[in-house]
Amino acid sequence: MKHTLSPQRYLILLAVSLSASVGDSLLKRGMKQIGPVSLGHLGLLWHALFNPWVMAGIVLLIGFFASYMTALSWADLTFVMPATALGYVVIALLGRFWLHEPVSPYRWAGILLIVCAVGFVANGPSRTEHPSTHHELDLMDSGNGR
Amino acid sequence: MHFATMPATALRSWSCILFVAALAIAGECLIAAAMRSLGDLDRLRTGSGLLGYAGPIRAVLASPLFLIGALCMALNFFAMLFTLSIVELSLAAPATASLTYIGNAVAAKLFLHENVDQRRWLAAVFVCAGVFLLSK
Repeated sequence: MKHTLSPQRYLILLAVSLSASVGDSLLKRGMKQIGPVSLGHLGLLWHALFNPWVMAGIVLLIGFFASYMTALSWADLTFVMPATALGYVVIALLGRFWLHEPVSPYRWAGILLIVCAVGFVANGPSRTEHPSTHHELDLMDSGNGR
Repeated sequence: MHFATMPATALRSWSCILFVAALAIAGECLIAAAMRSLGDLDRLRTGSGLLGYAGPIRAVLASPLFLIGALCMALNFFAMLFTLSIVELSLAAPATASLTYIGNAVAAKLFLHENVDQRRWLAAVFVCAGVFLLSK
């Protein structure tokens, strides 16, 4: 059973937590320029696709999906979930230090709780080991195991 | 939101929130199951460089579990848009995030048979509490 992750896998988990929050912030920045979209003016959404901020946001969200699925290919869902939760912390910190939004004591407490949660899970095993491994299933599929 | 005076509105808000969370849980579990059955994507690479990613991408897109999961996530996106039009963001965002989070831990234990040990349960509770504090 493997408890430690290679540096490359830590990089992918870092990409999972950073890309979603930064991507959302970029979308938010772009949509602020576009203005409110009503049901009668859905054409504005097509227009929004060509806004550079929105484009950058979409690229990052595609990157998020790719790194998220890569992480799920070698780790449990319950192991990867805290990494995505770290994104809430990144958004709050971006708001505090980049957009200079005030962060209330409640928010700092929330940030602390999420960071603790990530610490608990990151210390444990990344993958549940099941008695029938992939290797055995592959053997059965190929017929060599019989 | 006036929960005490308008129970019908509150009921509608919470059914929307529950529906959004349920779609997210179904989508994430299906995608996680698909990725687990594919195994480490690095093994599927067809060569070095960007072209080498054709192998993993083809394998993922050919997985029915992934396709149903992605459909759930797409429906989740539109359900969330609808929900945001009748429920304020400061309730809808943390409520769906927390419910999805706890629901995912339960579903991962029940359906994916993941070993959700004490520290993972504790983490799920901490994240939910943290998300609610962040929304204050």
